[in-house]
Amino acid sequence: MSAPMPAGRALGAPLLARDFEPTIFEFSAPGRHAASFRTTDLPAWTAEELVPEAFRQTESVALPEVSERDLVAHFTRLTHRQYSVDLGAYPLGSCTMKYNPKAADAGASLPGFTQVHPAAPASCTQGWLELLVELEESLCAITGMQAATLQPAAGAAGELTGLLLMRAYHDAHGESERRRRVVIPDSAHGTNPASVTLSGFEVATVGTNARGGVDLDALRALLDDDVAGIMLTNPSTLGLFEDEIVEIAEAVHDVGGLLYYDGANLNAILGIVRPGDMGFDIVHLNVHKTFGTPHGGGGPGAGPVAVCAELAPFLPGPRPTRTESGYDLTMPEHSIGRVHSWHGNAVVLLRTWIYLRLNGGDGLKRVSEVAVLNANWLKERLRGTYDIAYDRTVMHECVVSAKSLHHQAGLSALDVAKRLMELGFHPPTVYFPLIVEEALMIEPTETESPQTLAALADAFIQVARESLDAGNADDAKAAPRTTPVGRVDDARAARKLVVTFDQRSAQ
Amino acid sequence: MLAFLGLEDLDDLFAEIPEALRLAGGLDLPPAMSEPDVAWRLDDLASRNRPCGRDLVCFAGAGSYDHEIPAVVRSLASRSEFLTAYTPYQPEVSQGVLQAIFEYQTMIARLSGLDVANASLYDGAASLVEAVNLAVVATGRPRVLCSQAVHPHWRQQLETFSRGSGNEIDTVPLSAGVTSWNEVVGGGPFAAVVVAAPNFLGCLEDIGAARAIADHFGARLIVCFDPVSAGLLRPPGELGADVVVGEGQPFGTALGFGGPYLGLFACRLADVRRIPGRIVGETLDREGRHAYVMTLRAREQDIRRERASSNVCTNQTLMAVTAAIQLSWLGPKGLREVALGCARATRYTREALCRIDGVQLLTSAPVLREFAVGTPVAPEKLIERLVEDGFLAGVPIRPGFEGTAYEGGLLVAATEKRTRAEIDDFAAAFERAVR
Repeated sequence: MSAPMPAGRALGAPLLARDFEPTIFEFSAPGRHAASFRTTDLPAWTAEELVPEAFRQTESVALPEVSERDLVAHFTRLTHRQYSVDLGAYPLGSCTMKYNPKAADAGASLPGFTQVHPAAPASCTQGWLELLVELEESLCAITGMQAATLQPAAGAAGELTGLLLMRAYHDAHGESERRRRVVIPDSAHGTNPASVTLSGFEVATVGTNARGGVDLDALRALLDDDVAGIMLTNPSTLGLFEDEIVEIAEAVHDVGGLLYYDGANLNAILGIVRPGDMGFDIVHLNVHKTFGTPHGGGGPGAGPVAVCAELAPFLPGPRPTRTESGYDLTMPEHSIGRVHSWHGNAVVLLRTWIYLRLNGGDGLKRVSEVAVLNANWLKERLRGTYDIAYDRTVMHECVVSAKSLHHQAGLSALDVAKRLMELGFHPPTVYFPLIVEEALMIEPTETESPQTLAALADAFIQVARESLDAGNADDAKAAPRTTPVGRVDDARAARKLVVTFDQRSAQ
Repeated sequence: MLAFLGLEDLDDLFAEIPEALRLAGGLDLPPAMSEPDVAWRLDDLASRNRPCGRDLVCFAGAGSYDHEIPAVVRSLASRSEFLTAYTPYQPEVSQGVLQAIFEYQTMIARLSGLDVANASLYDGAASLVEAVNLAVVATGRPRVLCSQAVHPHWRQQLETFSRGSGNEIDTVPLSAGVTSWNEVVGGGPFAAVVVAAPNFLGCLEDIGAARAIADHFGARLIVCFDPVSAGLLRPPGELGADVVVGEGQPFGTALGFGGPYLGLFACRLADVRRIPGRIVGETLDREGRHAYVMTLRAREQDIRRERASSNVCTNQTLMAVTAAIQLSWLGPKGLREVALGCARATRYTREALCRIDGVQLLTSAPVLREFAVGTPVAPEKLIERLVEDGFLAGVPIRPGFEGTAYEGGLLVAATEKRTRAEIDDFAAAFERAVR
């Protein structure tokens, strides 16, 4: 198993595309043209006849003028400067970069779904509504909840929605004035505290105990009748299961607070344990993490929010609902209102439905088992070379530290990340969670083969060994040298701000 | 692998989870289906939808438009390097997505007539919410003036999120289909003035008049624009907008039952450090070569945490890349052709429908790509009847317009895809349906 195998390294085209690619604007030549349209036989009214002068533009928008051939060449060359899951392992901790099944691509391009107008009457959208209702039921089964909204467009939107549900619940009990604080662990994702502020609550931070869990005594000291609730990720961002969750839930419920489950790390517990059974009242899911919908270079995602029965009347709407004669959109009784222009990122939700049907209940459990197995195997392979932040069985990801490496060889977590690129891998998440020094957060996911995991572990170990044993830290410090660009000066980007081609041209 | 870990069973990996919490009996979900079985089920579900196309010719808009999406855009935008990458945290292996976003930002800044644009937000409504938050933070004032002709779903979303932020939204009523600014008497101080141009009812709005109101209160002017109409209209930035937001779906993204779409967001350089979400900037690598990187990161939630003014993390990058490809395909001439095509088809449709007895325009201000009509039959009923004839007639004007002259009207849009023959047939069917 530990024999070095060549499998899984991405040393292909993206890492060879080293020539500078000009912007599309620099390919532009006056009069060049790619677009073509239907022949309409309509009267050829002019802009002067159609737009009153006061509103009419005097010059057309300066867009690139390129042929279709040049357009294809430019954007194809850009793809050769881009790493992706389809190319190789992407062990970015907390991001669950698993392989995205191609069956979902095919389903997501069926005109019977993609060409449906969101304001079409329910008689034209029965297939869509049935699919979304089924998806809601599946998500409730997975989380142990009673009802869900599919509107939030991403995890952060789900968080804000969940917190507004928390507010609406306390409001209905006449307690929203008093309940000002939401408790968040110091290991939480940055979106948690930002969402708390945006929903009008105040953040109360609770520390982490020696085992990497929530410090229960510190939590009890924070809890009072001014607490609206707590936001938790379980497993936590340290990749550890919060084994005192029952005590935490009891303590929060005892003071009248609600428990919010941040679904970022749900990939560890599918079919193993459900947030609802742990005592959570509100759960958001990141379908682009757990359910294999592709992340699109930064989005789109979808962040459905599932809730217990008491909170269902407050859900955003209108919601896809099963009726006596079919399906329709209905507004929950005490809805907090809309959180999306239409019904959520429907085509992403369609991909989610496909993923869930392909896996089924047993398949989902297998997903989590293998994800956890892979993370633990990697952690054990890296033991002795990297520091283990909290030495317990990890869940879907492991957090190791380059702290000793930094002391002994001057190599930072960032250096390790950059050198890994030269060895053909996307780096892990670095410097998160904030409470671990020189953190490297590695999430291999269930879709990487043992061969790829072995190659990945070997690469991690090679980076450390070449600086410790061979005394050669220079390679890592100089890395990456085989990528389309070398180490990027991000301080300069903020100092000399150039965010459009026109700003560049003006310099 | 288990042996290497000194374990016997996969179950041992979960020993730290209290036994009482463990799910007995597995998930209550249907068993796994094979790929072809899933495909058949999907076909079955899809057959119970009525997609827009030859069998249901689309005259519905309201923020979601049936525009041409060429093969080249579908092909490039679905390349797996764009589709299956994460947020470009590691710039050295993410130059493809970063450069595409940089090009997108340039195009959106030019379309809006402003200095800078971000890397996208969820949809038009989300962009408006973020624009209002920017203005509130910048001015320290919680109140906002918002035209009633801003998309009702966007206004509903402003209301939803105001419950958390504590923002107060004052709605300015309409007259003849455009915002009646002279009904704003006193009040304030306001953080922002919000206007849609063209507005939800299709009417062109006088951005200069909105600018005057904003100046009066020392407020930011937020303009919700239609990026397609930008092919014919003066850019909002040129007319005094401080922040321009819009729905970018028309640039290469399918109707898709309402998502994923594309939130456009542009502002002045003076506000760049308050811009929500990701923004890509240019820099150099160690060898002095051009490189792109996510910049001004200190604004963002993962660094600023509870002091961040936005919680946006995942956005709609793939749709932004798609828009950059579609806009490059269009070019200046193509964008103008789309805008002109929409305006021509809309005018032809409007004239044809308004010749029908009992059908009349509900607004008198100039319209461009969409219009509101009153009909002798309730719009919901009319739409159902016309679906039978193969037309999606439009969108009913209901929530957000209660008690106004526009309530119960029908909002009709015709894009550059509509032909004279389709519109003639639609008008004939419409005439039968209102009888």
